[in-house]
Amino acid sequence: MRRRPQAKIEEMNIIDRMPTSTENTSALTLYDRSVTSRLLLGTAQYPSPDILGASVASSGSSIVTVSLRRERADSGAGDRFFDLIRSWDVHVLPNTAGCRTSKEAINTALMARELFETSWVKLEVIANDDTLQPDVFGLVEAAGELSRQGFQVFPYTTEDLGVAERLMAAGCDVLMPWGAPIGTARGLANPYALRTMRNYFPGVPLIVDAGIGAPSHAMQAMEMGFDAVLLNTAVAKADNPERMAEAFGHAVTAGREAFEAGLMEPRDMAAPSTPVAGTPFFDLDQTS
Amino acid sequence: MELTVNGELFDGDVTTLADLIGELGYGEQRVATAVNGDFIPDSDRKDYALRDGDHVEVVAPRQGG
Repeated sequence: MRRRPQAKIEEMNIIDRMPTSTENTSALTLYDRSVTSRLLLGTAQYPSPDILGASVASSGSSIVTVSLRRERADSGAGDRFFDLIRSWDVHVLPNTAGCRTSKEAINTALMARELFETSWVKLEVIANDDTLQPDVFGLVEAAGELSRQGFQVFPYTTEDLGVAERLMAAGCDVLMPWGAPIGTARGLANPYALRTMRNYFPGVPLIVDAGIGAPSHAMQAMEMGFDAVLLNTAVAKADNPERMAEAFGHAVTAGREAFEAGLMEPRDMAAPSTPVAGTPFFDLDQTS
Repeated sequence: MELTVNGELFDGDVTTLADLIGELGYGEQRVATAVNGDFIPDSDRKDYALRDGDHVEVVAPRQGG
């Protein structure tokens, strides 16, 4: 088991340190794979397979999430969906959606690895039906076992720093904190905690997953320095999923470029943007 | 042998998990299996002896978020 080294004195208080952008940060490396798009797109709830395919294409995404479900012998749905995703030039990230215990999640991940031929897994262990909040205890347990079995785990977690430390000790090199509960479209429910998490783990790939309802939400996460965002319903349930997917693609790119360019600090008092020097009537103003 | 397959009762003359998958007609479809909650790899199905009352899951790729 890998453990983070104890922090030295000079490394403490990193929580107040803003992550600094560096050159050539546009590509994102997740485990051993490098991707250019920072938008991860879910494949569920689209009106049709054609609209799903068009949306994946217009989003520019290079990672899509998938799942597995019970199959009837006369269905053929699994093979059709598998052929569809194989026709796209994307990486596949299978999830363990719906699992409520670490055992269910581990065995679902093992079945997904065989079906999709990838060691990536979006690990979900759900604690509560109303909030779909991660069960962080089961999550850490499953993450450790799956890492030992050779998986590259993308855990769906909260912003809790202690849980994040335990997930990393369990073998996770990527973390996926929630923006808001799955399917709520509320955006970043706790930007303070997310900012704290971002600043506390400046070198760890962090993907905001769930609760993203609008491109502005995705852009906010990217401007904060998150490495990527993962969303599904906001695109799938839009009146025009293909155009919404493109809008999210623009927002994620714009947010990332803004972060890399370095945003100015907000201030309390106004400051003129037009030069004060040479303002006509300036001296008259002063003497009146 | 009486089994539960994907939540439904199955009563048939099968011995191994591979027998069951063949008997149900999955053919060459891409499916993964679990028995009583434990994943059984494709390569192990032909040697996996089912027992009366086993709960079998047969799953395939699906859309997901």
